[in-house]
Amino acid sequence: MAYRKVDEEILQQVRGIISDDKRILTEKQDLIGYSYDASFGVFLPELVIQPTTAQEVAAVVKLAYEETIPVYPRGQSTSLSGGPLPVEGGIVLDLSHMNKKLEVVPDDLIAIVSPGVLTADIHAAAEQAGLIYPPDPSSSHVSTIGGNLAENSGGPRGLKYGVTKDYVLGLEVVTPQGEIIRTGGRTVKNVTGYDLTKLIVGSEGTLGIITEAILRLIPKPQATAALMAIFDDIVTSGEAISKVLTSGILPAKMEIMDQTCIRAVESYQPSGLPVDAEAIILIEVDGHARAVEEEIREAAKLCEAVGARSVKIATSESERANLWKARKMVSPAITRVKPTKISEDATVPRSQIPAMFARLKKIREKYNVNLVVFGHAGDGNLHPNIVADKRDKDEMKRVEQAVAEIFEAAIELGGTLSGEHGIGNMKAPFMEMELGKAGLEMMQRIKESWDPKNIMNPGKIFPKPGQRLNLTEG
Amino acid sequence: MNKRKTLPYDETVQCVQCGYCLPACPTYLTMKRETHSPRGRINLVQMAAEGHLSLDELEEPLDLCLGCRACETACPSGVQYGKILEDARGVLAEYKGNRTSTPLRWIEDKMFQNIFPSPKKLQLLTDVIWLYQASGVQAMVHKGKLNHVLSDNLRAFEAVLPKVSSPLKRRKRPRLFKPPIANTLQWKVAFFTGCIMDAIFEKINRLSMELLALAGCEVHVIGEQTCCGALHAHAGRLDDAKILAKRNIEAFERLDVDFIVNNAGGCGGMLVEYDHLFHDDPQWEERAKAFVAKTRDISQVLAQCELPLTKPVNEIITYQRSCHMTNVQKVTTEPLDLIKRIPGVTFREMANPDMCCGSAGIYNVLNYKESMEILDVKMETVKETTATTIVTTNPGCLLQMKLGVQREGLSERVRVVHLAELLAESAELL
Ligand SMILES: Cc1cc2nc3c(=O)[nH]c(=O)nc-3n(C[C@H](O)[C@H](O)[C@H](O)COP(=O)(O)OP(=O)(O)OC[C@H]3O[C@@H](n4cnc5c(N)ncnc54)[C@H](O)[C@@H]3O)c2cc1C
Ligand code: SF4
Ligand code: SF4
Repeated sequence: MAYRKVDEEILQQVRGIISDDKRILTEKQDLIGYSYDASFGVFLPELVIQPTTAQEVAAVVKLAYEETIPVYPRGQSTSLSGGPLPVEGGIVLDLSHMNKKLEVVPDDLIAIVSPGVLTADIHAAAEQAGLIYPPDPSSSHVSTIGGNLAENSGGPRGLKYGVTKDYVLGLEVVTPQGEIIRTGGRTVKNVTGYDLTKLIVGSEGTLGIITEAILRLIPKPQATAALMAIFDDIVTSGEAISKVLTSGILPAKMEIMDQTCIRAVESYQPSGLPVDAEAIILIEVDGHARAVEEEIREAAKLCEAVGARSVKIATSESERANLWKARKMVSPAITRVKPTKISEDATVPRSQIPAMFARLKKIREKYNVNLVVFGHAGDGNLHPNIVADKRDKDEMKRVEQAVAEIFEAAIELGGTLSGEHGIGNMKAPFMEMELGKAGLEMMQRIKESWDPKNIMNPGKIFPKPGQRLNLTEG
Repeated sequence: MNKRKTLPYDETVQCVQCGYCLPACPTYLTMKRETHSPRGRINLVQMAAEGHLSLDELEEPLDLCLGCRACETACPSGVQYGKILEDARGVLAEYKGNRTSTPLRWIEDKMFQNIFPSPKKLQLLTDVIWLYQASGVQAMVHKGKLNHVLSDNLRAFEAVLPKVSSPLKRRKRPRLFKPPIANTLQWKVAFFTGCIMDAIFEKINRLSMELLALAGCEVHVIGEQTCCGALHAHAGRLDDAKILAKRNIEAFERLDVDFIVNNAGGCGGMLVEYDHLFHDDPQWEERAKAFVAKTRDISQVLAQCELPLTKPVNEIITYQRSCHMTNVQKVTTEPLDLIKRIPGVTFREMANPDMCCGSAGIYNVLNYKESMEILDVKMETVKETTATTIVTTNPGCLLQMKLGVQREGLSERVRVVHLAELLAESAELL
């Protein structure tokens, strides 16, 4: 692919578009700052631009299209799949400064937001109006809504409330040709033509740049209750998960931590977790106060009936917060074991959770890697995490193989490569494995008709010929 | 020079680039680019250590860091940002030292090596300030007659400098403060006077000691103590900082006390990490640990005592935390408890209360423009509280907030005080 380099002539034109020179970054230090995300690999852009309006975005993209220069939208770069990495050089558009609009319209139960608004700020604004915006990625206090939309992010509440795509009514998008279009609208029902809104959500910035979104809000549940169930056998915990899910109770959250997680958390910040247990499940229900009370007791009984060693229902708000603290501690705790964290989010049908656990256990032994499992058990979205040391090339080779086998296992069990983190450049090599040749080609055709010059976030989702997972270079 | 050996590479590898620290960082908030975020700076140090970036290129991003360490508190992976910053600045300082010897550098050397560590010279400097204030020269400067002598930033700070105590008063301060009634003795404490604090803010130091005495402590002032070394350490002069730390440890070993009490958030932050300076020197590390174990901020001690806070202060008060007190010493609740104990007080927390005010040692003098941008953000949140008194716990923050009040044209309505001053007022020590 012959992309044009950003030279003085291009820069001159960019200066004509972006009024404020401070928002055009060309220094080496600055370019390095936009060369990574929370996953792997380092790719230097040639130019970083911080637009503040859709018009600026459109003008830059138009120029890029005319000159065939790759453009990469970027929120706050918390992506775990390489989404915003400028793998072909070119221009990074830092959209985190487009954060001025955050309008809640309580009567329509919607919020209208700029792409750079932090997800947590939307939570706060909705709550002020007695509403919630349900998608709650753990990174919500850092990640932008634009990034969430592009990755179709989920979170613990996904079990009951779904993921980002379930809350998007309309978008304003800059196309790869530099045109501003609108998709969907402000209504909950809208079946006019193709559903471009849903197509763009989860397209990882490969079809266009989101410059505004209309989001659906829902009334805030009145009450919440939570419990922790401890299991001596991870398979039993899997049974408990299905038991609860088929009992008529729909928990808001259902999270699991395996023994390695429990031990890591305990050695990091002792909080009385049973280090000999094989798994812990955390369940939260929300809704009407009386229903909540009954449901949490019912859930506790079900866990006990299946064979939980013990079940603890939180009796106060602070106890509830404490239960979740252990879950929140997992990420930091495991990076103290070893510094390099490879976070996967392979997802399987819920009935296959115990089988997936068994496969993961084998992978851990086979490749002798520090593999830890936690995640959103309720929706089958596990987070197998491998902690390693990127300075140890030999270990990283084993990690590569282990990761590949995790993906294979997920797909063999009827699952998917990604439940919420997206494909990016990391999982692109495995796409055909899940979609088949024709399936992947269909997606590719959509991409080509939207973006014939392949300037919009190239190198993501679709593998290059012969591309393989590589964690030891770059 | 083998950079990989000296730059703190292993600490940077601990960062998983999750970005959780971004919302906590004041310079990311105001300068709006990764280069000036914690994640960005850590990555730049790593890139320099790997040889992808020169030390010259590393300099500015590190210079523009406040060292407030809010990022460290926000980081779930326990990245030791403070250590990365200090060590990297150490490498830079050495590199610069080898390379050039500019007049500015000479002045810096003199300041760091001669002025701060020497109470005598600081006293002399303070005498000059006193003379300047008392003689009417200051008034002339303010009338604009001599204004052109000072650069913008110095002029700004000159205007908010407190009235310093007279040389006589400063030199006649007792070396022992006793509780009013002999049998109320709580603790025997040694007071860490600090360098700038004891020169320009001598009044606050004196009030602090009187407060401690009133609360039932026997307060000793140990003559041989010296500057805490924080400014040295933050500038990458770790060797200088070690020399000062050793002198302080030796000085305070002379007297067996329950606590070593300080009243300056920044100094306290340095003192509680003295042991980190000596991790490769077990003997000193041991002694430093003993020192650290006794170190307390004044609010920690006072909060445990009965203080006769009798006179009501009928004001709306907000509290500007010192970063090093919050993020390094982790003293967060005691000052608030004390403020709330004062009768008449309406306390109003500002939004984003943990954000740095932009003072950060001498950052505000060296990086005036950047510092003022941070201060402007801070002052917005202060104004929202409609406070009439801003309480601080660190001399730098005190001056900076005074400057903020002045910049906003609030000087008539809003005052800025050190916590000790506020408590002294209610305890009728003033
Ligand atoms: C510790 C940690 C925990 C996490 N937890 C979760 C979790 O629970 N659930 C979850 O789903 N994810 C999680 N993530 C992943 C990540 O936070 C999400 O993918 C998030 O949505 C990324 O947002 P961002 O603003 O950082 O976007 P970036 O990382 O900057 O970009 C992500 C993708 O979006 C594209 N993009 C960004 N803005 C736009 C735009 N305006 N228009 C078009 N494309 C755009 C980029 O090109 C890229 O492909 C976690 C990450 C970390 C580090
Ligand atoms: S120390 Fe303060 S200014 Fe420096 S990176 Fe950390 S949060 Fe930002
Ligand atoms: S929060 Fe910690 S691990 Fe995450 S980017 Fe910041 S320093 Fe790195």
